[in-house]
Formats: sequence, C-alpha cells, structure tokens
Amino acid sequence: MKLHEYQSKSLFANYGIPIPRGRVISTAHEAKQIAEDVGGRAVIKAQVLVGGRGKAGGIRLAKSPKEAEELATILLGMELKGLPVRRVLVDEMVNIQQEVYLAITNDRTERRPVLMASSAGGVDIEETAIQHPELIFKMLINPLIGLRDYQVRDIAAGIELKRSLWRQFGEVALNLWKVFVATDATLAEINPLVVTTEGKFLALDGKMILDDSALFRHPDLVEIRDLDIEAPAEIEARKYGLTYIKLDGQIGCMVNGAGLAMATTDIIKLNGGEPANFLDIGGGKETKKVAAAFRIILQDPNVRGVLINIFGGITRCDEVARGILTAMAEVKPKVPMVVRLVGTNAEEGLKLLADANMTTADTLLDAAEKIVTLARGGQS
Amino acid sequence: MSILINKSTRLLVQGITGHEGLFHTQQMYSYAPGTVVGGVTPGKGGEWVLNGKLPVFDCVRVAVESTGANTSVIFVPAKVAADAIFEAADSGISLIICITEGVPVSDMMRVQTYLSGLNVRLIGPNCPGLLTPGEAKAGIIPGSIAMAGNVGVVSRSGTLTYEVMYALKKSGLGCSTCVGIGGDPVNGTSFLDILEMFESDPHTDQVALIGEIGGNDEERAAEFISTRMTKPVVSFIAGQTAPPGKRMGHAGAIIEGSSGSAMEKIRKLEASGVRVARHPEEIPGLLKR
Repeated sequence: MKLHEYQSKSLFANYGIPIPRGRVISTAHEAKQIAEDVGGRAVIKAQVLVGGRGKAGGIRLAKSPKEAEELATILLGMELKGLPVRRVLVDEMVNIQQEVYLAITNDRTERRPVLMASSAGGVDIEETAIQHPELIFKMLINPLIGLRDYQVRDIAAGIELKRSLWRQFGEVALNLWKVFVATDATLAEINPLVVTTEGKFLALDGKMILDDSALFRHPDLVEIRDLDIEAPAEIEARKYGLTYIKLDGQIGCMVNGAGLAMATTDIIKLNGGEPANFLDIGGGKETKKVAAAFRIILQDPNVRGVLINIFGGITRCDEVARGILTAMAEVKPKVPMVVRLVGTNAEEGLKLLADANMTTADTLLDAAEKIVTLARGGQS
Repeated sequence: MSILINKSTRLLVQGITGHEGLFHTQQMYSYAPGTVVGGVTPGKGGEWVLNGKLPVFDCVRVAVESTGANTSVIFVPAKVAADAIFEAADSGISLIICITEGVPVSDMMRVQTYLSGLNVRLIGPNCPGLLTPGEAKAGIIPGSIAMAGNVGVVSRSGTLTYEVMYALKKSGLGCSTCVGIGGDPVNGTSFLDILEMFESDPHTDQVALIGEIGGNDEERAAEFISTRMTKPVVSFIAGQTAPPGKRMGHAGAIIEGSSGSAMEKIRKLEASGVRVARHPEEIPGLLKR
C-alpha cells in the first residue's frame, strides 16, 4: 500500500523527523491562509501517487499567498498521468544548503532491511543509482538488533556529511528506522532530506510503501488507503479474494494460481492474442467466487473471449466444472469461452462441460489456440 | 532417491487441527503413512486425529520429544507463522516447511536473521512444499501428479509447478524430488540452494527450474549453473507479458526496474546453457528420456 507524501510526512513527524510547516487541503481558498502562516512564499504540491510529479507539473512555487491560491486552484483541477488531483500540500518554502537522499527498504537477496544514503539527493537519484552507484552508501540492518548508532556514524562519514551535522542526521536516520519498523513498511524514503541555510535537517519530500501482508496490524493505516490508484474492478476483485489486474488485450483469463495465471497470459500472447487481464481465483472453486470472476472479467468492454484454465490438484475438476456451469447460468456470458481442466477428475469435469456444449481443451497450447481463434470470430 | 525428504522423514504438522492442516495431514498420511508422526495445536494436546492414528501436542518441544520428529510442515495463520517457525527451530526441527501465505515481510526478515545462526533449513513461506514421489510428501503438492524418476523440479509457484509435473508424468518422465520454494520476496531457501542439492544428489540426473518475474533468484541460479553445475537444467519463466511495476498475485512477482524481468532472466539462463521453454508444456521435450 502506497502512502501519499503528506501521509508519509505526517508519520515521519510522529516519529520525530522534522518536516516543513504546511498543511494538506482539498479546496484552493485555504491555500492563501496557509501561505500567509508560513511566511508568504509556499510550495504547492499535488498529492497523487505517481512518480515524476515535479517534471509532470505537479509541484509549483508561489511567491505570495494570492499566487498560492491561484496555483492550488490550477493543481486541484488537474490530472497527473491519468489520476485526478484531489488534494494539494501547501508547504513553507525553505532555503536549501544541501540535499541528501535517505531511505530504508528491504534487500531481497540479503534478506535484511538496508539503509541507503547519498549526498547526491534530489530528483535525479534514480539516475545517480545507475550512473554512479558508488555515490549511494548502503548499510544492511540486522532486524533483531535494529539500526545501531555506530552504523549511522559510519553512514554520515561515508556520505561525507559535515561533522557538525552528524548528531542531527543520526536522529533522523534512527527515527526513520523506527517508523519503518512500527508501520511494517517496505519502503521509507526521504528525498530530499535537506539541510537548510540555518543548518537544520528537514524531510522535504517523503514516500512510504507499507507491506499489504502486515496491514492486519495497522487498521488505522488501512483507513487512509487511496483507492484512486486502483481500478474499481481491482478493488471489487479483492473483496472476493481474487487478484485481478486489467491489461490492454481482448482475451479474458480465469486461472487458479499466480504462476499459472502468468503462464496463461504468456501463452495467449505467444499465439498471437492479447490478454485482457490477469486473474487468479486462488484455491477457490466456490460458485460465488467463479461468478464474481466472470462478472469482473466481462465488465471490460474489450473482452472478446474468455479462457478458463484450472489445474485441479487437491481441488477436484468435476467440482470446478459444476461451479463454472452454475456461475455461467447466473452471469450468462455472451462471448466465446474455452475451458481447460487438468488434474484430479478432469475427464469427469470435461464431460460435464462438453454436455453443456462448452468448448474444452486438453493442453495449454490447444486452449490458447482455440480462444485466440474464437475471439477473432473464427471457428475452433 | 531424493533431496530433503524421503521415506525415513519424521513429519510433524503445526496447525494440525485447522481446516487446511487436517485436510493436508490426511493427504500426506495416505501418501506415506510411515512418515507422518503427529501434530501440534496449542490447547489441544492429548487429542488424536485421523481416527486415533496421529497424536496432537500442545507445543513442538513435547512433540519432538515424544515422536522423534525432524521435519515440520506449518499450516498456521499468517499472524502466527513467524512464531511457529521460531518454535520449530528452537525445538530441534531441522527442516521447516511453511505453507502459510501472507506472512509479513518484516516477520520473515527477523526469522531469516535468527535462522542464519542455526543449522535449520526453512522452505517457504507461501509455498506448496515438497514431494519425493513414492517416498514422502511434506506440503500440499498433489501426490497423484508425479511419479518417481530422475528429474529434479524446483519452482517458485504452485499450480504452475503441478502443471509441469503433470506434463512430465504424461511424457513418462518422473521426479526425484519436487521443491516449491515459494513466491514471497523473502523466502528461506533459494533456487541456488536447491540446485546445489540436486547437483550432489546421485538420483537426480537433470533439473527443471520454474521461475517467474521479480527478484534476482533466477539470475543467481544462472550464475551457479554456468560455473558449478554439471547436470543439465531446463527452465520456464512465467510473466513475460506482465506489465512493469504491477503485482501479479505473488508478492514476489514485482518487476523492479529492468532487473527481474522475464526477458532478462531468460537471457541470463540461456547464456548459462539452460534451455528455456516458451511454455510449460514444452519442458518434457527439452529433457532427456
């Protein structure tokens, strides 16, 4: 689950990381007052979960409270990379002496959290990571003992921070570790972490991603989830325990298991078709789940055919077939369909489907060829 | 023969009285009755399951003392999975297979760090477990879809693995051991670990590696194959059509930048001499009879 900048920064502040003065608003006229409160000049930042906000015109500088309101009005009427701007953050403008990059994430290969820091902070950090990886300092964290003081000193020295700043930097880094642990984050990033001309650290921008698997420990954070970034069908799918991702093609897919679902969309493409979605029904064979999957796939107007691919391991294929038939009677799909059932009691299941005049397939390749042909209006 | 489990395995089921746990205990027991010795459910010690065939204990320590169990299969809910792994590791279990899906990454990081100091192997979480055809089954891989043979199978997914095993069986090919290492970003055992085991297992002559997008486990496997593996490896990588940055169900299957993409993995594997199938059903044709 991705958090907005304002949400991330508010969590940072709760854990003692200094952030600029400012407030998030959804109506433009409030911008004027906030700008006045923070000294007249302000930064207006669209709160949208896309990368490259600044370059897309989502971050504007206002020289006066009046301009702050004007810019907030413009931003609140905008879309950034297809997402509506519903909120803007109005922050004080600060005078910057230095920009630092500071983040904690998980290192999959090392199976430990890792702290990353660089004195080359700012918008081009991803470029730096590719061009000058030596400028990014990495430090693995033992999750059983946490980030230690000595590691933070090591990092401060490693990125050649002025000694007078080490103590403050250490507090920010240790607090970032605290918020990372407390929220079960998979990313907590401050970019840039600035040193103001007054010599104070401020988290000018913030990004956090929380582990969806750990949200059961954070009911308060679940409530602030922004559903804008997800297609309504994806949200609907989640309710039924389905994983649905819309793609751009014409052939709908319903598969059990994520790996097999990916292999199924792959083989459709291999046969000259384009998958309309990825859908994993999981271990579910219940009619309710299959019916929901049908409805979700078919509400995509591009869908010209549906391929159902089920491997019955523990699940019996005859039960799956009955589930499919009942769900079809309920949803009444109008597009051609191909069903492939493999595994336990497959013959029995396929016979049930054949008796109901459904097109079936033996192999994955056969299934893909059939649905691609049918979706183009051909005969299987 | 096999790796990790065989007919002398002594298996304990953590979460044995739960819905999933009990069902799969029944399956594992019918597949190889001698290998399953009991189970654990806190608060239900003293009870028996499967019509009095298997004892239930309150904790793993007592279960190990009473049954001599050396392997544990975990079916407990995600919230308590880390605790179940710690308990098994602290109670003398040397092979832990965690089937549970949805374990928080932070929990797994702590588990991994703790286990790294012990002589304990963890498979999973979010995995289908292990099957050594004809000898033992530790997990949820359906026993009927594979027969004994010389192909070692290792995979990050569930049903896709079954698909490959089933295709092997239809072509008359059998497996030495099938290992589902799980689809999570942080798992206990990697492709590389399993390839090392297959390489030194006298009964495995060739290996099928079923990978998917995300992470760099396949890339590391490719390096091992090119430098240290003598047995032939064939592969399939799922997710070639996955759009970048999207989660395809498995928490692990997220493309991070260009690394972790299917194309990159296939390129590295092929460069290491691995024959990569275009779709799962091509795998049997790439293996030696």
